[in-house]
Amino acid sequence: MLDPLALAVALPLLGALLVTMLPGWSRTLGMLTALATTGVALWLTVTVWSGEGLRSDLGGWGVPLGIGLRADGLAAALVAMANLVALAISINATGYFGAAESSRKFWPLWLLLWTALNGLFLAADLFNLYVMLELLGLSAAALGALTGTREAAEANLRYLLVGLLGSMTYLLGVALLYTAYGVLDLELVAEALTPGPVAWSALALMVGGLLLKSALFPLHFWLPPAHANAPAPVSAALSALVVKAAIYLVLRLWLDLFDGIVTLPAAMLLGLLGAGAVLWGSWRALRAERLKLLAAYSTVAQIGYLFLFLPLLTAAPDGDTRERLLTALVLLALTHGFAKAGFFLAAGLVQKSTGHDRIRELGGAAQSLPAATFTIGLAGVALIGLPPSGTFFAKWILVGQAIALGQWWWALVAMAGTLLAAAYVFRVLARAFNREPTPKCFLTDPRTEIPALLLAALSALGVGLAAQPIAVLLGAGV
Amino acid sequence: MNLDPYLPLAIVLSSALPGVLIFLLGEESHWRRTLLNMFGALLKIVLVGWMIWGVFHGHVYESRLTLMPGLELVLSADALSVLFVALSTVLWLVTTIYAIGYLEHSPNRSRFFGFFSLCVSATVGIALAGNLMTFVVFYEILTLATYPLVAHRGTPDADHGAKVYLAYTMSGGVLLFVGAVWLQTLVGQLAFTQGGLLGAAPEALHGQFIVIFFLLLAGLGVKAALVPLHGWLPQAMVAPAPVSALLHAVAVVKAGAFGIVRVVYDVYGVEFAHDLGLLTVLGVLAATTIIYGSIKALSQDGLKKRLAYSTVSQVSYIALGASVLGPIATIGGLVHLVHQGIMKITLFFCAGNYAETLGVHKVSEMNGVGQRMPWTTLAFTVGALGMIGIPPVAGFVTKWYLGLGAASAGAYWVIGVLLVSSLLNAAYFLPILYRAWFRPPPEHWPKEHVLSKRLETAPSLLWPPVVTALLAVVAGLLAAAPFSPLEWATLIAEREYGR
Amino acid sequence: MSHEILLTQLLYGSAGLLFFLLGAWSFISHEPLWRKLIALNIMGAGVFHVLVAVAYRGLDTPPDPVPHALVLTGIVVAVSATALALAFGRRLDREAPEHASDAHGGVDDREDGTHA
Repeated sequence: MLDPLALAVALPLLGALLVTMLPGWSRTLGMLTALATTGVALWLTVTVWSGEGLRSDLGGWGVPLGIGLRADGLAAALVAMANLVALAISINATGYFGAAESSRKFWPLWLLLWTALNGLFLAADLFNLYVMLELLGLSAAALGALTGTREAAEANLRYLLVGLLGSMTYLLGVALLYTAYGVLDLELVAEALTPGPVAWSALALMVGGLLLKSALFPLHFWLPPAHANAPAPVSAALSALVVKAAIYLVLRLWLDLFDGIVTLPAAMLLGLLGAGAVLWGSWRALRAERLKLLAAYSTVAQIGYLFLFLPLLTAAPDGDTRERLLTALVLLALTHGFAKAGFFLAAGLVQKSTGHDRIRELGGAAQSLPAATFTIGLAGVALIGLPPSGTFFAKWILVGQAIALGQWWWALVAMAGTLLAAAYVFRVLARAFNREPTPKCFLTDPRTEIPALLLAALSALGVGLAAQPIAVLLGAGV
Repeated sequence: MNLDPYLPLAIVLSSALPGVLIFLLGEESHWRRTLLNMFGALLKIVLVGWMIWGVFHGHVYESRLTLMPGLELVLSADALSVLFVALSTVLWLVTTIYAIGYLEHSPNRSRFFGFFSLCVSATVGIALAGNLMTFVVFYEILTLATYPLVAHRGTPDADHGAKVYLAYTMSGGVLLFVGAVWLQTLVGQLAFTQGGLLGAAPEALHGQFIVIFFLLLAGLGVKAALVPLHGWLPQAMVAPAPVSALLHAVAVVKAGAFGIVRVVYDVYGVEFAHDLGLLTVLGVLAATTIIYGSIKALSQDGLKKRLAYSTVSQVSYIALGASVLGPIATIGGLVHLVHQGIMKITLFFCAGNYAETLGVHKVSEMNGVGQRMPWTTLAFTVGALGMIGIPPVAGFVTKWYLGLGAASAGAYWVIGVLLVSSLLNAAYFLPILYRAWFRPPPEHWPKEHVLSKRLETAPSLLWPPVVTALLAVVAGLLAAAPFSPLEWATLIAEREYGR
Repeated sequence: MSHEILLTQLLYGSAGLLFFLLGAWSFISHEPLWRKLIALNIMGAGVFHVLVAVAYRGLDTPPDPVPHALVLTGIVVAVSATALALAFGRRLDREAPEHASDAHGGVDDREDGTHA
């Protein structure tokens, strides 16, 4: 009996091993693994969507000793997004890295990162999460430095160290929980948890450590240089996926594990930091000189939006309101994942063809690469929150619930963020309208452009209009 | 199989899909692009004709997509949507023909026509929107689709004009968004209902309703160029003439005005809005805009700029009609949606013709144009006379109804505004006509292109303004005929007041 | 979980917490790469102390294997992470061998990646 949960984690791991052993075949093996893993992930998502949550214990060892995997609606939605984005990135990478030396270094690390992502979304106990978190951090830092420049090495070393600080803190929190309750499985801990100093300290430690990894303002300082200096496919993965993994964990802890423990003031604090992220990140994006730096700061801002939901979720009574907010949050996360990945892939194409990514001098490239520019345009639509992207509907719900729950100030933040995002996106797009010669045809390099275009199209059109199935997915498999 | 639910969606897609395909076409494939353009335009006309026939006979057309409980995208056809859709569709066909001729030898045509098509899809979506959220969705898509058209030429002026345009419309969009969400939070998702539904809501919410109205008005007023939110319109004149024609006759400005009409009639309900005192404010704003626009138009030498300020002024007649309580004024405002569209597009087509054929951009350069380009100038004359309000051109019908409606509602100051504005219109249009017909032409035109051997200019540039000028006359002469814009407006007003 | 908390357990666990705090302080305040790495390892050791302390179940019963497994896994992770960080350090060292090793450990560029 094939178990999609185990396969989703085992396939990329196997692929990573194979690619390390047979470096000459790295591209082929890498692509095969990518296709297989994505297939399994989609199978998993459809199974959860049709109504059953999935749970499996590896090797038949049950709790508390075994490694358990489980997928509910939230996990399945993120798994689907992550794997689709990863597939697109893989296709792009075959073209971006070519058959060069860096391709051999890329694939093992990339597949390990993929393993960690799937493992993290599907993990069912706290320690397994820690291991996956570490694997994610290590492979992401190593991948980020693949360009070989000094800036990349410095930025990713900083990323690595900060990440380790975060995960150590998280681990201490886990240790505390084990001391008090003797179990690590997410469901069991949630049942056993009672308010008290242990729970609060554990919450603070675990969430605090994860906040470092999710780059919430003001702990975001490591993100812009790390994402801006990595190779384009890696930047796409870092911004769209790696950061999401940490945020997913924060959500799990906040909404599931510590559900009875979290207080509104604590949530308000996180919301306030999120507001800071939206405003500061958008402002810095507007001032950025380089395209990839702009995208990295845009990620900082988008992360802020996700945290704006926390005070609303905490204040909302159980039932419809919470479900709507959660759906909106997931819409936002999914849309951003697709949009940012598409954006970075297109930016990478622009950088490759002109040798730089300075915004001021983008004119010629923007005109001569219409597919890349169009991708940036579509992704920009999703980042700003123009309809029919998922971001638009997510903001509709965010603003609506903020007004309904009496926390209307978040609405102002969201709107200010929208205007700032429009400013920085159109600052880039305006470069595409100039007096350079008209390109002959739409696509110049299909292998790199089509995945990016599809991702951006999904973000601008697909996710928003698919809100209903996503809501169903989230409600299913509980 | 019942196709009714798909008709509104099909109408929107009939230009969206060709638009996307046009993007993918290479720059050199002229024939395929023209084919796609014309196919889309004609298909749309057929579908809209079918819809008009159906609505007249009481069919219900509705396309609905549920995103979440309480969050639905709805496209539906009622009499008001049909009015706007029909206008958009017919004028799009005409403008497409004009644009194909105008942009001959221009760069980036695939890009232009792609966004052009998306622009019309968005406009039609606005027309067919069945609730406030769907309206906002397509309203914002319109902003997005029109930006590349304003920036098309790629010059620093175009860049600047587009930036200003974007700043105004995005800010307006945000205000509209907040207003709409706030309203939905208070009363749930409201479909546009003739007569409005807010009157039935509890008294305690009235204060918030007033604030929301101003938010919505601010958002809509940007596109509708209500003073003081009109600043983008003169700047956007850097766009090519087909774009100016489209923006000012059909898409953007009308979308804003249409939105105001929808909010007043189908969300608040005209009587409820009157009771809250909102109509008075709207009336004052509209009147201010009408006078201000006309005064500014007097001092403009650039032809397109003068027409732009004229638009600022003229579109507010629609808002003025909405602000007077009474069916006759309503009819006047609504029918002006169509009439102003036809007349203004004629004027812009002619302006484009003068620029392309003779290099004439300024009023001061227009001496004797009538001798060189008689048909164009004739069309221009018809449009100008309509703007002033001289029968039998359609503009007269509008002013007649507005005046009559104001009188029957006791709002005599409105009649004053109408008179003053007509005088001002005459003041800035008649001198142009005098120059064009009665002054001798200069030795050399600024930049003459001979675009046609036998005709005064290329046929695709000549026919559209002639056709629309003819339509303007017909709409005025045959105003009492069935299926005329006036009859439709009357139908809408009856349904609005007749509850 | 035994309710009998031995003094040894308490001391051991508290020492672990102390290590954690010391390591965190050292990480934040010291510049050179190698000092930060040592700080991280000490933080890790601190957490492992806590886990080992939790594993004790008295003299008669064997200790709880789960925390021991966690510690072993944690050690492996810490070693790999340290190795990667050292590899980065060597890479940076190669680029600028004339800088003393305590000058590049703390990356103090502006947050946009350009040099101050």
